[in-house]
Amino acid sequence: MTDQIVEGEVGRARLRKEDARLITGQTNWTDNISVNGLLHMSILRSPMAHARIGRIDVSPALARPGVVAAFSGSDLADGLGSLPCAWPVTEDIVLPDHPPIAVDEVRYAGDPVAVVVARDRYAAADALEAIEVDYEPLPPVLDLEAALAEDSPLVHSDKGTNRCYVWPLKTGEDFDSVRQRAEVTLKRRYHQQRLIPNAMEPRAVVVTPLPASGEYTLYSATQIPHVLRVMMSLVTGIPEHKLRVIAPDVGGGFGSKLNVCGEDAVALAVARRIGRPVKWTESRSEGYLATHHGRGMIQDIEIAATREGKVLGLKVDLLADMGAYLMLVTPGVPILGAFMYPAIYKMDAYDFTCTGVFTTRTPTDAYRGAGRPEATFAIERIMDELAVELGLDPVELRRRNWIRHEEFPYTSIAGLTYDSGNYEAATEKALGLFDYDKLRAEQADRNHRGDTVRLGIGVSTYTEMCGLAPSRVLRDLRYGAGGWEAATIRMLPTGKVEVVTGTSPHGQGHVTCWSQIAADVLGVPFEDVEVVHGDTKAAPQGMDTYGSRSLVVGGTAVHHAAVKVVEKARKVAAHLLEASENDLEFTNGVFSVKGSPDARRTIQEVAFETFSSHDLPDGMEPTINAEHLVDPDNFSYPHGTHLCAVEVDTETGQTHIRSYVCVDDVGKVVNPMIVEGQVHGGIAQGIAQALYEEAVYDDDGNLVSGTMADYLVPSAADLPDFVTERTETPATSNPLGVKGVGEAGTIASTPAVVNAIVDALRPLGVQDIRMPCTPERVWRAVRSAKEARS
Amino acid sequence: MIPPAFDYARPASVDEAVRALADAGEDAKVLAGGQSLLPLLRLRLAFPELVVDVGRIPELRGVREDGDTLVIGAMTTHHDVIHDPLVRRHAGLLASATATVADPAVRHRGTLGGSLAHADPAGDLPAVVLALNGELVAQGPRGRRTLPARDFFVDYLQSALEPDELLVEVRVPKADGWGFHYEKFHRVAQAWATVGVAALVRRDDGHIAEARVGLTNMGSTPLRASATEQALSGAGDAQAVARAAESAAEGTRPSQDTSASPEYREYLARVLTRRAVLAAAGMG
Repeated sequence: MTDQIVEGEVGRARLRKEDARLITGQTNWTDNISVNGLLHMSILRSPMAHARIGRIDVSPALARPGVVAAFSGSDLADGLGSLPCAWPVTEDIVLPDHPPIAVDEVRYAGDPVAVVVARDRYAAADALEAIEVDYEPLPPVLDLEAALAEDSPLVHSDKGTNRCYVWPLKTGEDFDSVRQRAEVTLKRRYHQQRLIPNAMEPRAVVVTPLPASGEYTLYSATQIPHVLRVMMSLVTGIPEHKLRVIAPDVGGGFGSKLNVCGEDAVALAVARRIGRPVKWTESRSEGYLATHHGRGMIQDIEIAATREGKVLGLKVDLLADMGAYLMLVTPGVPILGAFMYPAIYKMDAYDFTCTGVFTTRTPTDAYRGAGRPEATFAIERIMDELAVELGLDPVELRRRNWIRHEEFPYTSIAGLTYDSGNYEAATEKALGLFDYDKLRAEQADRNHRGDTVRLGIGVSTYTEMCGLAPSRVLRDLRYGAGGWEAATIRMLPTGKVEVVTGTSPHGQGHVTCWSQIAADVLGVPFEDVEVVHGDTKAAPQGMDTYGSRSLVVGGTAVHHAAVKVVEKARKVAAHLLEASENDLEFTNGVFSVKGSPDARRTIQEVAFETFSSHDLPDGMEPTINAEHLVDPDNFSYPHGTHLCAVEVDTETGQTHIRSYVCVDDVGKVVNPMIVEGQVHGGIAQGIAQALYEEAVYDDDGNLVSGTMADYLVPSAADLPDFVTERTETPATSNPLGVKGVGEAGTIASTPAVVNAIVDALRPLGVQDIRMPCTPERVWRAVRSAKEARS
Repeated sequence: MIPPAFDYARPASVDEAVRALADAGEDAKVLAGGQSLLPLLRLRLAFPELVVDVGRIPELRGVREDGDTLVIGAMTTHHDVIHDPLVRRHAGLLASATATVADPAVRHRGTLGGSLAHADPAGDLPAVVLALNGELVAQGPRGRRTLPARDFFVDYLQSALEPDELLVEVRVPKADGWGFHYEKFHRVAQAWATVGVAALVRRDDGHIAEARVGLTNMGSTPLRASATEQALSGAGDAQAVARAAESAAEGTRPSQDTSASPEYREYLARVLTRRAVLAAAGMG
């Protein structure tokens, strides 16, 4: 942890205010919520990847003890619209109907077909077995390339194609002409396996209806209560002003709770139908089937360069697995990546095309990093391959191509204007901490000796676009909503402070960080600030939490709102002190008259005076509360350099991470402990993709890795100590100078690890290993390289 | 997931437990530490009418000596096995292999008897008890009977226990003076072994006089690498051990899962057997 002397709250490693409650069981998870008369919903899901639904008979379930109601998809179809896709990335995108509960056809194993409502969750689960469904099997669609063939079976037969969209981005020179003049071109294919998000808390919903007034409260384990309210109103027809959405304490999301889920809509529909409160909580294995997955792409990437190692151009052809339906931002995830393939490098030509493909698998959508980890992986892998081709050290090749710190602001070939950065500084610091030269020497020695355990060194630099997002850019990308954020600060009569935020924390520590920001501006104690969030009645405006946006946009809104409060309070203080506003100083929460230090009023006193309103300036509204909405001018661009050393047992194929160093530049740091936690978790999640995790399907489209016994999530025991350091190049696009840190570790670590493994095995003739780099895959790669050589 | 409904009995003695099992017929399951049965219930892969919880029967816990044999109560937890001085002194293989089981939470709840009776070939302890030439003592309405480990494991998740029998103790001959090592290969710390090898080696004058090798997850039951065991007799150096280990996969029929193919498992068995034996023999 970087030690620095901190005067204010911002920059201090405050323990998180949230944690005492979260770790002692005094919290309020959705599944903990109980209300009088609560009923429990269970969901029957398709056991097949693709089938036409024949007859469904729910009546045997109704005869089971404790069962109150049971519905098929068609029973609920009236009054349930299609689930929304808010990001139709092209004008001619294929947008299939997406019923919250299947009516005629199921399109992935796990698609909901019927529900039971019972007095307890046991009765609800038991009664599912009594429901009779006739399925007429249809052919599954699983392979992305085969799905695009003329004669492929169709996921949505009414659409006539499995091609969802084709989204091109061509900038700079024509890639073909750049390729002509290039001295070196390399082409590679990389596979981004499907990943299953594993938030600690599964999805959960409670709906409490008030039939007399037609009001509904939807408690949902969601990252996006505000977006959910709008969308649920549209899907169910419940008027928006009659629908309150509450995201109570939410235990992680990683994007998996950035969605508008069928289960929420079905719970609302059921509660409306029977007029009673309903709860649904998914089990882990149910979530594996039915909560959206991440990644799932085939990347064809071609790089053109000179012999000296100057990158000239990049061509990317992407096939992206949409899964069976388009969820909230499914088509947009690879498009976020489209802007990041050129990464931190200068080049003359960029030619990107993404083709979205429907398959009969669980829908994909945002997963920590959303498009940007995939892009960073492909560019950082092929940069390593290019270095080998040119006989250059991989760090040196990057150095020859990256944007130098004096060149900022710099508009990338993809059209993004990077406001600030210092790739040289972060890389130098990382190399020093890693002891790069010493490890290279050891590697050479082991290679020379023919050691069965090889050492590999992986390099990954990265930048990412965070702080989503300028609303006009979102418009240009055809995203349905804006990217602003809102904050309100209420000065209570006793001088305590409520910060109302539109962000929706689910583990990030907003309560702590927003308190630090507000405390500094207002000059009040950290402990005197409370943060209100995640309830559309208490915090009515917001765009919620995803894409490393909360601090950059939401934190900025808090800052501005606090500045407004001080300005209003200054008017009151000046009036009370009978001084001109210009003669007032404001330090550490105290207004004082320049030259007369005894003439002072604390901001808390001003708050009380405003509450009593006995002596306010003429014409002044009796409040110093303030609201601020901010729409960012630009994205923010964290960056960094990650270095990983692995030992690969070439006999068994087992990879052991020996050391891991990262130097991230996330701009100004509000709370270094929280930043470090984010980086640790992010690295762990990226390593998980490199080595362990994969959603595996069989040839019929059944999820084989359906429990945590087969879908391997690493624990602390599997991970090395991380050396996490920082450089600090403030963002220029917001007053806090912050850039966001939620996704950084996940983006950089995956290519660092795979580059290291390939680096270890390259002397044996191995050029690539498909993720996850399981021991068996490594063993097979080593074996076939040996066979090819002999 | 939520388990299907079942009746629950918590007997206070072995006799009472056996009566409960006998009364229930085929449809009862014994609940020991719950680390295997509860997941099966929750995934609705098991549907017992009655669950007999033997967790409050004091006589089933603890370790004692009986001459040249260690007697370990079936309900002794993994944690207690790992830390028991008698086990550490006389059956170090069992203590060290048990320390690789899952994670601390599982080791505090899970029991030796439970994991043997579950008869999962991917579990670490069946192959270990097999290598130790252990015996398993079952009590039923017709009294007690003792089964050698090689007869106890019948098939995948199937032991030789009758539905009305309760595994009460595990008897392990003291292996004083034997070198031992459990080589577990798994992808993450809390995962089952992709392959595991339990090796016991008695050395005599610099050579291996006798070796026993148990294999985890190489078939529908735990197995002994008999061909390797024979070939190890008289082995005096690492090369000889490596040659012997080449036959470690003979007679195995490993399964396919998301972590490994049968071919890779067979290959791993050979590599890991070499490593385990070398470590056990102090030749590594």
